Amino acid sequence: MTLAASLLALAGVLLVSITTSVTIGPVKIEPLNVWRIVGHHALPFGLSAGVDITDIPKAQQNIIWLIRMPRVLLAAVIGAALAVVGVAMQAMVRNPIAEPYILGVSSGAAVGAVLVILWGWFKFWGGNALSFAAFLGGLISFALVFVLSQKGGRITPLRLILVGIAVSQIGGAITSFVTFRARNQEGIQNALFWLAGSVAGAKWEHLRLPALALLVGLGILLLQARAMNALVAGEETAVTLGINTTRFRAMLMVVSALLVGTMVAVAGSIGFVGLIMPHIIRIVFGSDHRRVLPLAALCGAIFLIWVDVGARMVAAPQELPVGVITSAIGGPFFLWMLRFNSRQIEGAGR
Amino acid sequence: MTQVATPSVALLAKDVSWSVDKRAILSSLGLDVRQGEFAGIIGPNGSGKSTFLRTVYRVLKPDAGLITLDGDDVWKLSTRNAARRTAAVLQETPGDFEFSAEEMVFMGRTPHKGPLDRETAEDHRIVADSLARVGMADFADRSFSTLSGGEKQRVLVARALAQQARFMILDEPTNHLDIRYQLEILELVKGLRVTTLAALHDLNLASAYCDRIYAIDAGKVVTSGTPQEVLTPELLRRVFGVGASVQPDPMTDRPHLTFFPLAHSQFG
Repeated sequence: MTLAASLLALAGVLLVSITTSVTIGPVKIEPLNVWRIVGHHALPFGLSAGVDITDIPKAQQNIIWLIRMPRVLLAAVIGAALAVVGVAMQAMVRNPIAEPYILGVSSGAAVGAVLVILWGWFKFWGGNALSFAAFLGGLISFALVFVLSQKGGRITPLRLILVGIAVSQIGGAITSFVTFRARNQEGIQNALFWLAGSVAGAKWEHLRLPALALLVGLGILLLQARAMNALVAGEETAVTLGINTTRFRAMLMVVSALLVGTMVAVAGSIGFVGLIMPHIIRIVFGSDHRRVLPLAALCGAIFLIWVDVGARMVAAPQELPVGVITSAIGGPFFLWMLRFNSRQIEGAGR
Repeated sequence: MTQVATPSVALLAKDVSWSVDKRAILSSLGLDVRQGEFAGIIGPNGSGKSTFLRTVYRVLKPDAGLITLDGDDVWKLSTRNAARRTAAVLQETPGDFEFSAEEMVFMGRTPHKGPLDRETAEDHRIVADSLARVGMADFADRSFSTLSGGEKQRVLVARALAQQARFMILDEPTNHLDIRYQLEILELVKGLRVTTLAALHDLNLASAYCDRIYAIDAGKVVTSGTPQEVLTPELLRRVFGVGASVQPDPMTDRPHLTFFPLAHSQFG
């Protein structure tokens, strides 16, 4: 199947996934009604007025348009962004085990976020303080991991994982400290749920920044797909193919931190999406980043939509944080990767 | 135009020095590679062969000295510009990332492409042509990681070809290859008639394929010249610490080296 056909097919699956997942829940909803309501609210050029939805009960309208739709879309955007960021980080460290959660980048972003939520830091940044702080935390932790996992100019996979664990633990400790020292009980409850990774309670206004970050980040990376290929082909090879590797890596680091920070600020740390999606895509489609990046975005979106459906349904009526389920799937997946690809950990020479 | 011009110099390195932790790896190394020739660097492990090549393909910036290619300081070029002029066949592979042979060769087009450029028919022709020239046209869709050592090396040469650079660097291109593949790779590169500088560890191969050889030791050029001039028992003793007899090869007339067991090379 060509790339275009695959992308088209996946876009179709995404559309069906969005529609179906919106209908799933305590209140049953007709799929057609979903699109009538969307059309009523979102069609451009005054066409929306032509879609009459008066026959749909107001309560159902609200459930679809104000509760489920933003939540499903947020899951899609975050899933896409996390899968894409996994691809970017893997290219940057030239190793398929890199992922924001495993390398402690999510944990660093979470530190920035809890400082804003619970201690009210960085107020001078105004409305976007949360996202900025999370971006900064993610950037600092990624830079730390990258610098500390090098030895003699080379990153060994084992070192990468160990440093990632350490940075992740440090971030976790700071986050816990901030949480336990916070004064308001309700804030702590919310923070704990959010920290575990969740898209529950998403509103339309939560979507704007993540969607923008995804578009910008994915756009930049797509333009650099050839350079990403050259970088994973070899550290020195990349230079001989005309890539300024220092500058290029710095760019990948900033884009990754931007994406992770924005997503963590909205939905906490949702782990392993960036590990599982790129890995499966590479098995099926190879490693050419011009294919991997758009496919990862679509598959990540579809994946997280359905995991979130699981989070709503598994322990209904109680909600699970979606991060609990991604970790429950991703943890064993990671172990499986390590089991059958021990090369990735022990290193396969240059 | 019957006048024979002296071959012009493609690569010129003057007084190149590089050290790490105050230990000099290259000290005032100087050499040149002439247009169209296949030049070799030989020297024992740690003599600075690969380090020198790295200063040419711009992974290590020399502490002192000058390296020019066709008269331009390579370290004053942009990374991209330098990559259009110099292609390198190194011993790096993508490891855990799977690429097809064709995708590997397409990477050679990287320095010719801007972020918004798409692959043109011309690029496809260049890539197909490069694969064909190394005899790997039928392997285009094969996964690079499943190829044999010799086939991989051919693909890397094809990538260097697709780069369309006028100067090629080879770092120990025959490492870990069976003898048949060693000969094939060097024959192949030599047949391309691209100006080439290769670090070689097999002295008989260096003798058979190089137009000129630089013998280096402790980061300095010890001697240089044709294989006949460089590969002498005296040099082998001094630089490599081995005893050897050197006979003209009956087939090629190039020096053929036979090494003595160390027990028999007790000299001076």
